[in-house]
Amino acid sequence: MTTDTRSTSSLRHDPLVRGLGWASAALGVPQVVAPAGFARALGVGDAPRHRTATTAVGVRELAAAAGLLGRPHPVWLWGRVGGDLMDLTMLGRALKNHDGRGLGRTVAATAAVTAITATDVYAAVTRTRRSSPMELTAATTVTRSPDEVYTLWKDLERLPEFMVHLDEVRVTGPRTSHWRAGAPFGRTVEWDAEITQDVPGQLIAWRSVDGADIDNSGEVRFVPAPGGRGTEIHVSLRYDLPGGPLGQAAARYFGEEPHQQLDDDLRRFKQIAEIGEVVRSEGAPGGKRARGEFPQHPARPLTEDELKEALS
Amino acid sequence: MKANCWTGRNSVEVQDVPDPSILNSRDAIVKITSTAICGSDLHLVDGYVPTMEKGDILGHEFMGEVVEVGSGISDGKVRVGDRVVVPFPIACGACASCRAELYSCCENSNPNAGISEKMFGHPTCGIYGYSHLTGGFAGGQAEYARVVLADTNALKIESDLSDEQVLFLSDILPTGFMGADMCDIEEGDVVAVWGAGPVGQFAMDSARVLGAEKVIAIDKETYRLDMAAAQGYTTINFEDTDVRSALLELTGGRGPDKCIDAVGMEATHGASHIHLYDRAKQAVRSETDRPHALRQAIMSCRSGGVVSVIGVYGGMIDKFPAGAWMNRSLTLRTGQCHVQRYMQPLLAMIEQGKIDPTRIITHRLPLTEAPTGYDLFKNKKDNCEKVVLKP
Repeated sequence: MTTDTRSTSSLRHDPLVRGLGWASAALGVPQVVAPAGFARALGVGDAPRHRTATTAVGVRELAAAAGLLGRPHPVWLWGRVGGDLMDLTMLGRALKNHDGRGLGRTVAATAAVTAITATDVYAAVTRTRRSSPMELTAATTVTRSPDEVYTLWKDLERLPEFMVHLDEVRVTGPRTSHWRAGAPFGRTVEWDAEITQDVPGQLIAWRSVDGADIDNSGEVRFVPAPGGRGTEIHVSLRYDLPGGPLGQAAARYFGEEPHQQLDDDLRRFKQIAEIGEVVRSEGAPGGKRARGEFPQHPARPLTEDELKEALS
Repeated sequence: MKANCWTGRNSVEVQDVPDPSILNSRDAIVKITSTAICGSDLHLVDGYVPTMEKGDILGHEFMGEVVEVGSGISDGKVRVGDRVVVPFPIACGACASCRAELYSCCENSNPNAGISEKMFGHPTCGIYGYSHLTGGFAGGQAEYARVVLADTNALKIESDLSDEQVLFLSDILPTGFMGADMCDIEEGDVVAVWGAGPVGQFAMDSARVLGAEKVIAIDKETYRLDMAAAQGYTTINFEDTDVRSALLELTGGRGPDKCIDAVGMEATHGASHIHLYDRAKQAVRSETDRPHALRQAIMSCRSGGVVSVIGVYGGMIDKFPAGAWMNRSLTLRTGQCHVQRYMQPLLAMIEQGKIDPTRIITHRLPLTEAPTGYDLFKNKKDNCEKVVLKP
């Protein structure tokens, strides 16, 4: 029912990213070609396990180099941070069990890796996008005419009935409105929106105006379904979700997955368009809501207090 | 009020719960006069249907008297005092599926459509007392129940037929009838029915009403086979008889023209090694259902015949005989019963005496003895065929 596309970052010409890429290559080549010599240079001796570990680290460095120079993406930078932490752990163990020969070189190597780690963390944090534009599309079909469905949707102040994340929509002018919505982690976001296109019975498009907490835009098209089957509703939404990929993952974990929200919204819209209200059960007294799908209220009548809360 | 609740795998309890209230404007509250235990309740109790919650009220076959209606019910559709039978699938009457009379595929009545969409590809309707996969609606094994969208989901009984004559219009009678209806029975047809439980018995009665020449009952419980034999049906006990050979024998080598699977996910098999194979896969969850009856029906059906499935399946099955199905031009038809489609015509048949639904009732118990009823029915004790509960 839904799809999305995310833009990928363009780090191809970033000097720090390219520098880290070439540094990875410069470290990786000798580690793979001459692991024993490299290990000795670090002052950790060339026992077989040290050689194997050095080769493995070299392979990792070459992979990071290929990633950063070939298809740069913040994930490679975070990968380097992970690798650095492994290296520091290994060097820390080497220092603890050191026999004293070449101790100075091991200490120097540890200092160098610490500096590299700091650089990698800096690059990874600064090059990770703070927000990621997201585009969602979804569709449903309802057994009503395009005009009826358009009229229902155009009544913006009724949107919170089926878009449960919306607390309020207030019409402020012929083409403008003010929106307030609940966001993950109990926050509230607000924005002003303007209608950019309005074709009765066919299309409504809108976008947030400057200064919105979350920049967003969207359009909904009403298309007659073939064979008199009613109206196809095609929605596409685009917005900048704060927090980057991490924020998205966290939101998903708490059941705020944007696709699912849109899917739920359309299901409730269909219920309102076809039967006049959102269907409630004892298990799901608030109606369709992915976040409340589990755990649910048991399928038994609600107590008076529960009933008041559910119907409020 | 008192209600029979699911309290865990293989455990039901009659508990005190709040009385139901109007949640949607077209709801009605019904004081239940008769309710029944259905074979598909056993799938819930046995733990094969996911998404049950402790405290869920069971029961989807019920009838009673309307005691309250919501503000959205238009005049005269359902009134306080009406005596009604409630179909188990909740249908909105307005979506494309309902308009096509595919009521159990209603697109609007299941608030947990997301779960059912993930399991089945598209959502299915809400059902009373039948897990949260079908909406989390409270069931009817209780003193009162909320009827959802009551103006499309309650059949008014205006004649003086007894509860026992009309109660089964809520599920098993239309389900059995739909099993036979999907067979497109023609003159001279031999119809074989797997499962001689309540739904199987009604499928047999319906096949005969629709013109079948010969009806064959397949089961392992002799009391159930005896009940079928008493109606004049031929019987096969799969415990001591090879079903396919027996069917070929009874049909001059052709195989039954139409086959009805009235068994579903918890089938047993006469050959213990095959049963063990499916049981083991089900235990490690690599298969959710045991499709013995379905496989046997496909393998036995005559070429070009119809296999009609009304036994409940829930998930994925292995070793589906696709070769037999395709190479021998079989038609496979199935569905949760679209009860609303059949209620009125079946009510007329009951009034005309063409079908006697009361013939399968073996036990009548007060609602407070529901756990005993489940034990009798599930473990086939005391020749139990159908239990009716009186609140």
